[in-house]
Amino acid sequence: MSDRMAAPILDIASLSVAYRGAAGWTPVVRGIDVRLEAGRTLVLLGESGSGKSVTLRSIVGLLRDEGARVEGEVRVGARNVTTMSDPELRQLRGGRVGFIFQEPMTALDPVFRIGDQIAETIVRHRGTTWKCAMGMAKELFELVQIPSAARRLSAYPNELSGGLRQRAMIAMAMSCEPELLLADEPTTALDATVQIQVLLLLREIQKERGTSMVFVTHDLGVAAEIADDVAVMYAGQIVEHGSADQVLLTPRHPYTQALTRCVVRGSYRDAALGELGGAPPDLGRLPAGCSFAPRCVRRADECLLAAPEPCEVAPSHIVACLRAADMAATPTGEFQES
Amino acid sequence: MSANLARLEAPLPVIPDRGGPLQPLLAASDLSKTFRLSGGFFGGRKAVHAVDGLSLTVGKGETVGIVGESGCGKSTAARLISGITPADAGEIVFDGETYWTPRSRITAERRRAIQMVFQDSASSLNPRMTLAETLAFGPRAHGIPTASAHAYARDLLAAVGLPPARFAERYPIQLSGGQRQRVNIARAVAMRPRLLILDEPVSALDKSVEAQVLNLLVQLREELGLSYIFISHDLNVVRYISDRVAVMYLGQVVEEATSEDIFATPKHPYTRALFASRPSLDPRHRVKAAPLAGDPPDPIDPPSGCRFRTRCPIAESLCATVAPPLDDTAKDGAAVHKVACWAAVPGSGHSLAAKPLERVQ
Amino acid sequence: MHGTLGTGAEADIVETPAVRHRSYRAVVLRRFVRQPVPMTAALILLAIILSAIFAHYVAPADPFQTRVAQRLAEIGTPGRLLGGDELGRDVLSRLIYGGRISLTMAIAPVAIGLFVGGFLGILAGYAGGRTNMAIMRSMDVFYAFPSILLAVAIAGALGPGLENGILALSMVFIPPIARMAESVTTQVRSYEFVIAARLSGASTARVLREHVLSNVAGPILVFASSQVSVSIIAASGLSFLGLGVSPPNPDWGLMLSALRQSIYVNPWVAALPGAMIFISSICFNLVSDGIRRAMEVRR
Repeated sequence: MSDRMAAPILDIASLSVAYRGAAGWTPVVRGIDVRLEAGRTLVLLGESGSGKSVTLRSIVGLLRDEGARVEGEVRVGARNVTTMSDPELRQLRGGRVGFIFQEPMTALDPVFRIGDQIAETIVRHRGTTWKCAMGMAKELFELVQIPSAARRLSAYPNELSGGLRQRAMIAMAMSCEPELLLADEPTTALDATVQIQVLLLLREIQKERGTSMVFVTHDLGVAAEIADDVAVMYAGQIVEHGSADQVLLTPRHPYTQALTRCVVRGSYRDAALGELGGAPPDLGRLPAGCSFAPRCVRRADECLLAAPEPCEVAPSHIVACLRAADMAATPTGEFQES
Repeated sequence: MSANLARLEAPLPVIPDRGGPLQPLLAASDLSKTFRLSGGFFGGRKAVHAVDGLSLTVGKGETVGIVGESGCGKSTAARLISGITPADAGEIVFDGETYWTPRSRITAERRRAIQMVFQDSASSLNPRMTLAETLAFGPRAHGIPTASAHAYARDLLAAVGLPPARFAERYPIQLSGGQRQRVNIARAVAMRPRLLILDEPVSALDKSVEAQVLNLLVQLREELGLSYIFISHDLNVVRYISDRVAVMYLGQVVEEATSEDIFATPKHPYTRALFASRPSLDPRHRVKAAPLAGDPPDPIDPPSGCRFRTRCPIAESLCATVAPPLDDTAKDGAAVHKVACWAAVPGSGHSLAAKPLERVQ
Repeated sequence: MHGTLGTGAEADIVETPAVRHRSYRAVVLRRFVRQPVPMTAALILLAIILSAIFAHYVAPADPFQTRVAQRLAEIGTPGRLLGGDELGRDVLSRLIYGGRISLTMAIAPVAIGLFVGGFLGILAGYAGGRTNMAIMRSMDVFYAFPSILLAVAIAGALGPGLENGILALSMVFIPPIARMAESVTTQVRSYEFVIAARLSGASTARVLREHVLSNVAGPILVFASSQVSVSIIAASGLSFLGLGVSPPNPDWGLMLSALRQSIYVNPWVAALPGAMIFISSICFNLVSDGIRRAMEVRR
């Protein structure tokens, strides 16, 4: 991967996040390292409570307002987000970095017309005239393929369907031509036929504009559709990191392997579904050693003693598992449905 | 190992079978429900035809899946069949006996036969009752003394994989999503029903937990001889658990066939689009083009004729005028495969429909 | 390996201790007691109520006995610890005795409002449809008038007196409590656990008693207890206008009305009844806030 020489657009170094709970600080993210090269899409894949959304929010310094304790370093381009002042952060959000939420209604203001909201962002960040900004808003609506864009610009958020709202949200995130797009489960609340449209749209925009993207999801299928790289998170740590092909087709970490086995396919008559027994650990009372060990089918005694260090099992394919070297890559295969 | 529920000492009697194995357990016919919306002072009155002429039969031991997108009426359908929301018109026959008509009331003893499992949420369990209290409530309502209802509740918890010593006295907020869903299932099973209606039972769960719950449902079905109506927006999940699948669009069933048939040879353009919209799971073979554009239309004002025609890639002028009937298109001897599409009706005049003479193939 | 319930059990991997059973009420009580501010407010209220009940033993003097020499006596005058009023009666004793009438006038209307309004609201919310329409629209009639004006009008029509004052204020509190009860009941009724309870075949009364009531009681009770402070002030207002109790009966509102004329002579004494109204209404608010927090569903 040394042929991609460009400086990373995103560089997260030993990031840890903790929230204050009833019994002291609870770690939510525990020392993760992520590098994203310009123009690529990284999917943070994990289940609820894995720390994937917190990681995403840390990139735009949103955790500061939530009273979280953040350690480590987050760099967007060459700039360190962790040491930014509040005005600098505001300039970053919606400027160089765009954000797409799962539920656009929480991000769009219900009492303003959508076109005005987008134009306002453009005026604030780029200092154009209102008229010019409205023209750009219309172009953005065309970019995200909203039919009859001019009419939709003067609609209020609640007048749009779920799919159109998500498109409008993407238009808003793209309004200042961000270098980095952050998406937090943007298609989870959408219907299946709409989800695939939005995924294809994001893919297209990204190709056209060369935007880098960090995309959070719990859905392997969505990850397979959009990811260049995948980082699998479990209990606040990245357990496996590599290209989409590496992680999804030849997973090496037992957790990733279990996730791919849990994908529902076929009929109950053919076979029982693969299961992952147990539940993720309580982050306030983490087990010693590897945090996945209690649920792991390949657990060895030493897994309970020390947390595994990430190691490179193949070029740019990193796995945090003591037994990663012993385990042959098991292709998950046969994903294609007949 | 788990307790076998069938052998579990149940205080409620098993509802006896009447019509024999061939008689459908449930036959709902022509259920319709319209919700009126007040359109403001000048807006006039608007109505949502949430479910429009739904007919569904469920055989004994069979699982019928209902799949569709938001606003297709699948959740309303669940509530109509359970009788919790009375339909405007139609009839429900349960094991040969009338269960519900627009003029009848369902007695408490009858009601027990059909139970529901809801999507996991904060409001699916009473936050102010312990799990044992929640599970004992139904049996107590049927006259079981509190002590034995609580003993039964503990057995049920064990049977769905929650050790009663640690879970019986917990409150719902102390559970994870998967654990809550196990309790939801136990609560429905506690009544010893014959039909379970499951409304998006795994949609809110993590993927690894989804598999656990699906396996539990398959096992309960076998042990207790249950029939399911399984409602979901997720095709893979519906396919996994169902024997027969009905696809709904804007309040109507557009295709209905056995699970194998509908997945091997989907005939309705909407069903085909739903299938093609699934993410591929293989980064090397991604979906190239979205099969449909736009969102499902608003059920307040459905299109004329075939309701799918506004998004349909093969719609013709005929589709706008007359709604296609839901008719069996299977060849002689094959399992029933119903489709509501003019392109599947020979001689309909649709350019893709077979000519009447070519019908004998 | 899979497909069995045993391995599929999503039981915690880390052993957690069995949870000891505590009834919901015990949990709420324990949480309430652990909050310092509401607990202090509750103790102050308790002191005021107890001293009003046992006024006969607590009060240092006869509240009706006038003494010309001690008219508008300063605070700290021997025998008139908190001063004397315009007729030289002991203000401290009158404040203690006044709690009887003032607190009755404050709590009774809300209690009646809670009972009647809560019943009507839960009925309207659970039944829905036409029943809801009939009940709630008739409640709306009362909203046409400002509440204090309504109380004044009813009390005026009925004539002065403790019972009439309570009746007038009850009419003020029934509609808002009913509306509150209706909205929470409508919401709770749509929850899946209520639907599941109905599906089990349980009678409406049983579903209401075991599932609905415990979930609507909290918000309704908290709302009602916050209305007590409104009631204290409204009751004092009625007495102040001469529509509640009549002199020489001790009542905080009445005392305030009488002493205000001497506010330039002896402002501290004149302020005392007002302070009592202020303290007890604040305390009721703090207690209601504490109850709300104690009833919150959480781990």
